[in-house]
Amino acid sequence: MTAVVATVLWTPVCRLDDLLPERGVAALVGAQQVAVFRLHDDRLRAIGNRDPVSGAYVLSRGVVGTRADRPVVASPMHKQAYDLDTGACLDVDARVPVFPVRVRDGVVEVGSP
Amino acid sequence: MRLVVIGNGMVGQRFIEALAARDTGGRWSVTVLAEERRRAYDRVRLSAYFEGATADDLTLAPSGVPAGVDIRLGEPALAVDRAARVVRTEAGEYPYDVLVLATGSRPFVPPVPGRDAPGCFAYRTLDDLAALRAYARGRASGTVVGGGLLGLEAANALRLLGLRTSVVEFAAHLMPMQLDPPGGAMLRSRIEALGIAVHTGTAVTAIAAGDDGLHVDTSGGPTLDTDVLVFAAGVRPRDDLARAAGLATAERGGVLVDATLRTSDPAVFAIGECAAVDGRCYGLVAPGYAMADVVVDRLLGGGATFSGPDASTKLKLLGVDVATFGQATGPLDVVYADPANGLYAKLALSDDARTLLGGILVGDAGAYGPLRAAVGGPVPGKLADFLSAGAPDVALPGNAQVCSCNNVTKDAVLAAVADGCHDVPAVKACTRAGTTCGSCVPLIASLLAGAGVAQTRAICEHFAFSRQELFDLIRVRGIGTFSALVAEHGTGRGCDICKPVVASILASLGHGHILDGEQAALQDTNDHFLANIQRDGTYSVVPRIPGGEITPDKLIVIGEVARDFSLYTKITGGQRIDLFGARVEQLPAIWRRLVAAGFESGHAYGKALRTVKSCVGSTWCRYGVQDSVGLAVALELRYRGLRAPHKIKSAVSGCARECAEARSKDFGIIATDNGWNLYVGGNGGFRPRHADLLLSDVDTETLVRTVDRFLVYYIRTADRLQRTASWIEGLDGGLDHLRAVIVDDSLGLCADLDAAMARHIGSYTDEWRAVLEDPVKLRRFVSFVNAPATPDPSISFVRERDQPVPARRPVSLGLPEVRR
Repeated sequence: MTAVVATVLWTPVCRLDDLLPERGVAALVGAQQVAVFRLHDDRLRAIGNRDPVSGAYVLSRGVVGTRADRPVVASPMHKQAYDLDTGACLDVDARVPVFPVRVRDGVVEVGSP
Repeated sequence: MRLVVIGNGMVGQRFIEALAARDTGGRWSVTVLAEERRRAYDRVRLSAYFEGATADDLTLAPSGVPAGVDIRLGEPALAVDRAARVVRTEAGEYPYDVLVLATGSRPFVPPVPGRDAPGCFAYRTLDDLAALRAYARGRASGTVVGGGLLGLEAANALRLLGLRTSVVEFAAHLMPMQLDPPGGAMLRSRIEALGIAVHTGTAVTAIAAGDDGLHVDTSGGPTLDTDVLVFAAGVRPRDDLARAAGLATAERGGVLVDATLRTSDPAVFAIGECAAVDGRCYGLVAPGYAMADVVVDRLLGGGATFSGPDASTKLKLLGVDVATFGQATGPLDVVYADPANGLYAKLALSDDARTLLGGILVGDAGAYGPLRAAVGGPVPGKLADFLSAGAPDVALPGNAQVCSCNNVTKDAVLAAVADGCHDVPAVKACTRAGTTCGSCVPLIASLLAGAGVAQTRAICEHFAFSRQELFDLIRVRGIGTFSALVAEHGTGRGCDICKPVVASILASLGHGHILDGEQAALQDTNDHFLANIQRDGTYSVVPRIPGGEITPDKLIVIGEVARDFSLYTKITGGQRIDLFGARVEQLPAIWRRLVAAGFESGHAYGKALRTVKSCVGSTWCRYGVQDSVGLAVALELRYRGLRAPHKIKSAVSGCARECAEARSKDFGIIATDNGWNLYVGGNGGFRPRHADLLLSDVDTETLVRTVDRFLVYYIRTADRLQRTASWIEGLDGGLDHLRAVIVDDSLGLCADLDAAMARHIGSYTDEWRAVLEDPVKLRRFVSFVNAPATPDPSISFVRERDQPVPARRPVSLGLPEVRR
């Protein structure tokens, strides 16, 4: 029997200070486009940057806020809201991937899921 | 607990009665301070006074005073000391724990010379009527200024006094607030048949008293000779006491209250005609009664709120039935007119004729009840059937389709409401009704209202305020950031609705660059990147070309930039040039070239002034009578960068041929031999509307001053994403109200409006130049934060008609092949 150890590969993307509270940036993590958000209380969230409704890679450019106290980003294309904790779309049947994200020594790192 | 009520009119009386009935535990001891020496009476039926009713017949308080209530007649409140919680009168001081303002309205008397001459009367109180009756004895003729509800009531009063009666109305037809022009014309013919002379489209300009009575000069009409003149041209809220006490008041007057009827001081409520709920005053008694009931409920620990009432009305004026319900006009109007019998009916229908949106009935309002109930549902049968006083069953069947885009039935909507969806967004989220084209949203709202669910004007879940209220809050309290606003007046952290609204309000109030500090996070993607997002995630760039006038050198620069960055190039409808397919990281380089050549941001991405289009005008055109290009350039430069609830478009035509299509614009100007005509409230787009004439033959200075005021007033009072067309339609009093405010300064606002525009003009800077000069802002224009120069690999182009277009785009319809 072989023990499988899940390893997360962390990619540093920017400094925390580079991020505006309640706004996102796009980052390249390997070949994947990731949208990284800094919430108003400095928590970080990362989801796939592709808007599944339009197919454009734009979710990092949406307005960040809350819906019923859940952190969400609204797609800048047609305003569907995505739950930043789960990646679930709250308006239509769609979902985006969620990536682990952390800060180490002031550097934001995105993990491969 | 001590409660002081200022005012004992109809609403004040209703309030103390409702409180006495419900406060069985005697929690409140009430003092009422009343200006008049008479207890509350029925102001709605004032003309009954001339039909033989006595003051006692009209009283609303025949049976003494409710227990625990002390009414002080003839003792007007002089001041409210909110710090000490005391109301002062000449006789003494009245401490309170809670204060209720029910100060009502005063008559609006237009500021014409001679308005105080003997023989001129207001029409508001029993004292006014007693004085009028005494004066009218032995005299022959009377004239009423005002052809609305109140004016026609007053005309009835004069007729009952035996006077030969005339009515002068400023608007183009009678009852302009309720009726459309044909309905107003039918009412006019019925009233003229009673021997009353009607002058519409006529303003009183001066009154002179002579030995033989009053001589009334009118604009465009004859000089009227009359013995008695009655002003009944509407009312204004009495908010002076509240104003002096430092309470917030609404832009258009009235004590500002929220849906709980609380003023800016939680210990003070306002109800009735003096209260501006969400900034809006209600001049009818039914909403006032509803307000009184809400405050009573609140004082006894309840949670009632006031929801904007149904504005439907049914009246008998001078013996003529008049009724209105829902909206007065729709995409499709079915009209029935019978001049022989003085009947007029109009039903406003949805564009598929399946849904009744509202209507107007003049002459016979027998169908009012069933039709009003059918609003939001189908019209059963023929309109003609409704002119007889029948009551057909008009309920919308359960399987009727409410949302045709998503095939949602009335039953499905009502099931969602029963499951706890208590507002339009919740119903949308649950059923998807209204999420596509949105045209059924009013119907959903009416189903909610029909199910007894109160509607809110809150812009989103984070703020219980309309845009206008948010604007007032931010302006009056001097709030400078979204965080401060949401912490004090909202919940959560905002969303894509409220954040851009607040960003726009802050920009309208001159809070610096839109990407400064926290403001950057509030902006929609277009404002955030100062460009317009397109379907593939690229952006388009529109430099400003004021008036559509451009030098060959600048035109060449645009061409070179487009060529060097491989941008798809198209001429816009606003006489400028749109460059498509720019990636985020290319925007600064593109703008560096454009700014160096003297271009500025065109704000095509903003809810802001877009363009002022022009025809070539008198400089070249053999028909032109004024320099339309020169004016267009001046106006576009004056208002560039002005942020608003929605985009603003304008145009200037150099002659009446109107080649610039100015009447389809938010403000359009057409040259005349003597100056300029100003039109406002035009719209292309989804619901085209021709702009209305606001001023004619004015000089440039008057024109510009009026446009300044028009724009600032719009910015301060419109709803989110409301264009000027629907804003004007929604104004209480419409175009006449607008003209009164910004031309005649009826609210005393003009100095403030002028100052606001002067601040905007003085603080304008080019947004793109400011970004290029600020390394912090520039850093945001990257494709990837960890690979700033790597283009988004998903973006690719193919060529079509010799230009780049997105590789991934919808399949187009088969187009004919064009040889070129």
